[in-house]
Amino acid sequence: MTAPAWTAAEMMTIAASRQLAPDDVCFVGIGAPSAACNLARLLHAPDIVLVYESGTIGTRPDVLPLSIGDGELCSTALTTVSVPEMFRYWLQAGRITKGFLGGAQIDRYGNINTTVIGPYDRPRVRLPGGGGAPEIASSCDEVLVTATHAPRTLVDRVEFVTSLGHGRGPGDRRAAGSTTVGPTTLITDLCVMSVDAAREFVVESLHVGVTRREVVEATGWPVRFVSDLVSTPAPTDEELTTLRDLQARTERAHAAR
Amino acid sequence: MADIVPLEEAILRFVHDGDRLALEGFTHLIPFAAGQEIIRQGRRDLTLIRMTPDLIYDQMIGMGCASKLIFSWGGNPGVGSLHRLRDAVEHGWPRPIELEEHSHAAMANAFDAGAAGLPFAAFRGYVGSDLRRVNPNIATVVCPFTGEALAAVPAIRPDTSIIHAQRADRDGNVLLEGIVGVQKQAVLAATHAIVTVEEIVDDLAPPSVNAVVLPTWAIDAVCVVPGGARPSYAFGYYDRDNVAYVAWDAISRDRDRFLSWMDEHVFSAPASDPAATVPHTRELPR
Repeated sequence: MTAPAWTAAEMMTIAASRQLAPDDVCFVGIGAPSAACNLARLLHAPDIVLVYESGTIGTRPDVLPLSIGDGELCSTALTTVSVPEMFRYWLQAGRITKGFLGGAQIDRYGNINTTVIGPYDRPRVRLPGGGGAPEIASSCDEVLVTATHAPRTLVDRVEFVTSLGHGRGPGDRRAAGSTTVGPTTLITDLCVMSVDAAREFVVESLHVGVTRREVVEATGWPVRFVSDLVSTPAPTDEELTTLRDLQARTERAHAAR
Repeated sequence: MADIVPLEEAILRFVHDGDRLALEGFTHLIPFAAGQEIIRQGRRDLTLIRMTPDLIYDQMIGMGCASKLIFSWGGNPGVGSLHRLRDAVEHGWPRPIELEEHSHAAMANAFDAGAAGLPFAAFRGYVGSDLRRVNPNIATVVCPFTGEALAAVPAIRPDTSIIHAQRADRDGNVLLEGIVGVQKQAVLAATHAIVTVEEIVDDLAPPSVNAVVLPTWAIDAVCVVPGGARPSYAFGYYDRDNVAYVAWDAISRDRDRFLSWMDEHVFSAPASDPAATVPHTRELPR
């Protein structure tokens, strides 16, 4: 078998973009989520409303921003509101259908750690912190998560719950005071996982050329597979061309600045 | 009425050792020149407040200005870690720093409560988060009308807040536009406020749809500092210098390289020429 004509990272971004619907209002995390959300907008979801925590609503950037507050986001937005308004009126009040997050550590129940590795008072690694994520995770109708698949990233239990997923299983989210669905889907460079009845991520589709064994070895818990496991549809020419054009424009723009 | 004064004078008058200080600007309009003037004046034991510490607090923390940081996201946006902040937290260099860590929603609500003169903010947040466990300033209040449990945090009330804006008029009224972040709230929450601006104009001009206008009597000092937000950006004046943000990663990783960079770009540079303090910048047409 010949190697696929795309990279694992491209497959991840494309698979993530497919999770977004044309009528979504999406709160976009920076990095991989931002690429996936803008790819969806350029492909099957031209009217999707992309919202960034810097206050931009309905933004349509021509190139991917490096930060959540690049000028490109503001100049292409329908409107830009203050940060308190963004978090109070738009996120807290329940106007966002999907939140899209990444994270340094994600566990089997979709809890996310972006705070510390090691004890909080004497961390081995001090991570950037929660930012918008704790409330994105609780206030959006549904949460999508994307991360590169590795045992140190997809762990059995996060050392610190910065942003709540499903706690330790069924009922924990509601007991903590949440009324929203929480994480439903985890998109990695190897597979797509969905949350099952035990509130745990299970593999529902493998990307082209990826084996079960690779996924097992790259996952920090005894990962399970759905019985009707399928193969993630390969990227279409349109998906690949659109993504590569977007990334080429982005590289040129950032190199020039 | 705000006094229109040089930056050095404004910092001398309104920033003192031990103060609670907020330099705000959410990715956009970050008051770098003011932060670097505080470093030059050698202020110590500051409680630094800022949602996203960014490179300017990395520099202030690395130079030993701060004993405490109140924040919600401490990274180099799109690049990675703030290495001076990490070195202070992980190794106590150049001095240990106390953290009071929040989420963006909490900080935004706390600034808003400060601006409104309220003692605390209530909001729907920190659901199931371990941040509650490590930050005693996160509490719960129950709504007296519905019984809903809400998160509560103290209002942020800085001694002095500093922001950068596009322009002021000759009376010291200030206009900022583009991504306006939490700057209005930061100014109104503080006892004193300093605003650095790109330029002074005769007329603020008809405000754009997103403009925030702060009246002169709500501000203590306005300082003309063109380029004072570099390497962040001033919408309509110059772009964010993403190359400088990427370059900071290597500069800030190593203590000696950081110190020599500060020597060359902050201590040897006149305060009146902040554009000279930042490498890789490029003037853009208005």
